[in-house]
Amino acid sequence: MGQTIIEKIISHNTGKESVKPGEIVVVSVDRVMLDDIMIPFIADKFEEMGFAKIWDSDKVVLIYDHLVPASQLDDTRHYKVGDHFAEQYGLKHVHRSDGICHQLMTEAGYVKPGDVVFGTDSHTTTYGCVAAFSTGIGYTEMAAILGTGSLWVKVPETIRIVIEGRLPDYVMSKDVILRIIGDLGADGATYRALEFCGSGVDQMSVSSRMTMANMAIEAGAKCALFTPDEKTAQYCQVELDSWQKSLAGDEDASYYKTITYRAEDFVPVMACPSQVDKICNVADLEGIQIDQVFIGSCTNGRLEDLQMAARVLKGKKVAPFVKLIVTPASRKVYEEAGACGVLNVLAEAGAIITHPGCGLCCGRTGGILGDGERVVATNNRNFLGRMGTSKVEIYLASPAVAAACAVAGKITADFSCGGES
Amino acid sequence: MEQFTGNVWTLGDDIDTDIIIPTEYLALKTIEEMKQYGFSPLRPKLASQIRQGDMIVAGKNFGCGSSREQAPEVIKALGIRCIIAKSFARIFFRNSINNGLLLIEQPDLYDDLKEGDSITVTVNHGIDYQGKHYPIASLPDNLMEIIEAGGLVKAMRRKNGLECV
Repeated sequence: MGQTIIEKIISHNTGKESVKPGEIVVVSVDRVMLDDIMIPFIADKFEEMGFAKIWDSDKVVLIYDHLVPASQLDDTRHYKVGDHFAEQYGLKHVHRSDGICHQLMTEAGYVKPGDVVFGTDSHTTTYGCVAAFSTGIGYTEMAAILGTGSLWVKVPETIRIVIEGRLPDYVMSKDVILRIIGDLGADGATYRALEFCGSGVDQMSVSSRMTMANMAIEAGAKCALFTPDEKTAQYCQVELDSWQKSLAGDEDASYYKTITYRAEDFVPVMACPSQVDKICNVADLEGIQIDQVFIGSCTNGRLEDLQMAARVLKGKKVAPFVKLIVTPASRKVYEEAGACGVLNVLAEAGAIITHPGCGLCCGRTGGILGDGERVVATNNRNFLGRMGTSKVEIYLASPAVAAACAVAGKITADFSCGGES
Repeated sequence: MEQFTGNVWTLGDDIDTDIIIPTEYLALKTIEEMKQYGFSPLRPKLASQIRQGDMIVAGKNFGCGSSREQAPEVIKALGIRCIIAKSFARIFFRNSINNGLLLIEQPDLYDDLKEGDSITVTVNHGIDYQGKHYPIASLPDNLMEIIEAGGLVKAMRRKNGLECV
C-alpha cells in the first residue's frame, strides 16, 4: 500500500514502516519557532512545568516580528522576556528585526525537506513549501516540546490537489489558493493534510508555493505539502537525499479526495469581507471604491510579489486618496528589492514602504483603518477587526490585483491601469 | 458520570480567534486583563454578560484562525463551563484540551436551541435540552489523560516529579 507525503514523513520520523490516518503517534521535533507575542507565555508555562533545561537549544528559533518595532507601550517587555529566556537557556538563533517568522524559517535555512516543525503561530503551515510537516500549536504545547523534544499528533487524512497546465499572465498562486479555499470552505480541510502536485505546481517558484502552504490553514488544514524538487534544493541549499526525493504521493496511496484543476482556468479573485472562503472573481467586484492597499505579509511579501507589484505600478501613480503600504517580508527581501530597483519603482508610484515584519497584517500598527473604510490586502485573513475597527472591510487579493487597485482607487483587474497592456 | 446544567450563549459559524480575542489585546500581561475584550468585534457586551457556569453553543469551525492560546484561556476565564459546536478548528481544539476547557462536538443542538435556554451536559455521554437527548462522542484516551491531569502543565509537572499522581 502506497503512502501520501505526510504519511511518509511521519513514518520516517517515528521509525515505523508505515502509518495510517487516525493513528496517534509521538513525533521527534526537528525545529521549533517561537514568536514575540507568545514568548512571555511560553516562558511562564515552561518554568511552571518545572523543566531545568531545553531539550536541544540548537533546534529552537526565537523571532521578533509581530511587535517590531514596538507600537504599544508594553511591547518591549516581550523583547526583554525573550532576551532573558534566550540567555538563560542558551538559545543560539534569535532574530530581533530580520523579518517575519515564516519567511525567516525557510529563508535562513532552519527547515529542510522532510523535517517535522512546530511554531506558535497558525501560519507555520508555510514550511510545507519545502516538504516539511509544519503546523501551528499553542504556547503550552510549545513549552512541553521545549522540555521533551516531542509531541503527539494524529496522522491526518490527505486531500490531493492536482493543478495541470500554466497559469494565465498576472494570475498568481494567491489566486489559486484563494479559489481552492473557496471550493473547500473555511473548514473543508480541518484535521487534514493538503498535498499539491501537477505540472502547474512544478512550474511554480518556492515563493509561490509558500503563499499556498501559508494559506492552507484558512481551509483548516493541519499542513500543506509540496514534493521537493531542484528549486527546493536550491532554495534550501541542500542536496536532496534519496528519501527526500521520494517525498511524493504514491500512485496507490489512499486519499480522502482528489481535486483536479486546469491552471488556465484560474482568474484573479478576492476573498470578500469577512470570511476567507467568500471568494469572488475580481471582475464581479469591479468599481468598488477603496481607501487603502497593503502589499506584504508572510503570504505575499516576497521579492516576486514586490516585482509583480512594480510591473503593474511602473510609470503609474497611486490614486491620490489611496494609501499604498508595502512591507517586505524580510530584511533580505528588502535588500534584494532595493538592489534590483523594485523599491524605487514602488516609491515613485507613491507607495509607503515600511520596515520588514508583520506590520498591518496583524492589525497592530502601520495603517490601521476606521469605520466604513475599505482595504485591499495581500495577507491571509480578512476577519472582523483584523486591521482596525470591526467596521473595516478587508478584501484579500494577489499583489498584482492589489497594485492595480491602488492605481484605480477602486477594485479592478485592469493590470494595464487604463493603458496598453 | 460528570453532569452539569447551565444557560447557553449562541454564536454562529466560523467564530475566529480574532473575534474571541483581537490581536491588539494579546500583549496585555494577563488573561484577567484581556478577558473584558473577549468577543468584542462581534458582540462588545458579551464578556460582561457571561456568568460562571454558562456554556457556548455554536455552529461549525469554532476557533478557526490563529494559534493564540489566549482564546481558550479568555473563554475559560470568563467562566464558560464548556463549548458545544458542530465542529472545532484543530489548533483551538488542542489548546482548549491543554487548558482543561471542555469542548463537545454535536451536530444538531445548535439548530434547535435559543440563546438563554438551559441545557444539561453529561460528559462523554450526551446533552439534554427540553426533553430531547443529543448524543455525544467520547474523547480519545490520550486527551482524557490530559484533562484528568488538570491540563498539560500539570501533566508535565507530574512528569518532572513536582506533583503527585
